[in-house]
Amino acid sequence: MAAGRGEAAEACVGRVVLPGDVLLLPARPDEDGERLRLGAGAAPRGRLLCGPGLRRCVAGLLVTKCGLLRHRQAGGGGAAGGAYWVDSQQKRYVPVKGDHVIGIVTAKAGDVFKLDVGGSEQASLSYLAFEGATKRNRPNVQVGDLIYGQFLVANKDMEPEMVCIDSSGRSSGMGIIGQDGFLFKVSLGLIRKLLAPKCEIIQELSQLYPFELVLGMNGRIWVKAKTVQQTLIIVNILEACEYMTAEQRKQALAKLSGH
Amino acid sequence: MAGEVKTKLSKNLLRMKFMQRGLDSQTKKQLEEEEKKIISEEHWYLDLPDLKEKESFIIEERSFMPCEDLLYGRMSFKGFNPEIEKLMIQMNSRCKEEEIEVDDKMEADVSDEEMARRYETLVGTIGKKFLRKRDQRVLQDEDEDGNSNTRPSKKAKKKFLKPQD
Repeated sequence: MAAGRGEAAEACVGRVVLPGDVLLLPARPDEDGERLRLGAGAAPRGRLLCGPGLRRCVAGLLVTKCGLLRHRQAGGGGAAGGAYWVDSQQKRYVPVKGDHVIGIVTAKAGDVFKLDVGGSEQASLSYLAFEGATKRNRPNVQVGDLIYGQFLVANKDMEPEMVCIDSSGRSSGMGIIGQDGFLFKVSLGLIRKLLAPKCEIIQELSQLYPFELVLGMNGRIWVKAKTVQQTLIIVNILEACEYMTAEQRKQALAKLSGH
Repeated sequence: MAGEVKTKLSKNLLRMKFMQRGLDSQTKKQLEEEEKKIISEEHWYLDLPDLKEKESFIIEERSFMPCEDLLYGRMSFKGFNPEIEKLMIQMNSRCKEEEIEVDDKMEADVSDEEMARRYETLVGTIGKKFLRKRDQRVLQDEDEDGNSNTRPSKKAKKKFLKPQD
């Protein structure tokens, strides 16, 4: 192991990290034994979230993917103690539990549908995993349909399983995606950029025409607009915006809205 | 009568599965631990103290959703699909507010006070419908009398009139 002892995690935020780098976390004062030590600055720190591309190791965090290290401060949110993750780019999707993806039905095998989600294996989806589905009342799913669902089980040892309902039994937007529209594939980094809370691309596009958009974390996007031409325009913009700068994008949109 | 005397249940009976369904998980765990500790002479065991698992402060997560606070994947703009637009507002506000349940009180058509007033009268009127005939008659008398409680509520029961010769 030629790697050095490891750097402090906070120092590396925003820099490129490579697999094998060790990131040291600040020593926690209350690790062995004493928990709540009342006094100045003794609020017990929440749990640190170690996101994709990082793994826990003896000294701190071990990087497993190359990319930029990102950090989110503690406070609110799901990770009360802050979060570290590696912002990497890839085209191939690896199923992750809880992710919402678009799948294409490839086969119906008895009570289970097989879906292609772009991973190494096909995901399975039971016919009962739709809202209001019973043994008598089966959902109307054909081979070739598009389904928006989330992963229930997704690990390297088992076949991924998908469902189209959430934990309370409601569909909340998941299920069969309707007729027409256009499905295309982009890289995973673009999807995350588009799903970020204040995405300019989406805001600018929404000013153009009325349309509907479904973004799957597996890199698939489905677009539907009133006419075929409008749909194709949106598709082209979304595909190209990954490599366009903000000005180029604004110019392109200005030309379109001028038409 | 049956509730007064509690039959004593044997330990074996209490240890059976169907008796333990009602217990909460903590007591179940305790019972299990106690069972494990009852070591008969035939069993060999290691005489070591229980090691407590170190509570780690780092959670590993393979998904990007909690890290970057991503929005919901289905979107609709300019009224193309109104249901999806409603869903967008609902799902995204849920994320932002950290799943604080917003009690959407449906706008009541009838105010609470009016409801209480109606209910007072309603229960009485509908309730009368289901009274038996005897009680209905009693009720009738009460209504006629008003609030006077001095008069005995029982009307003189109609006795058998002997036919006069």
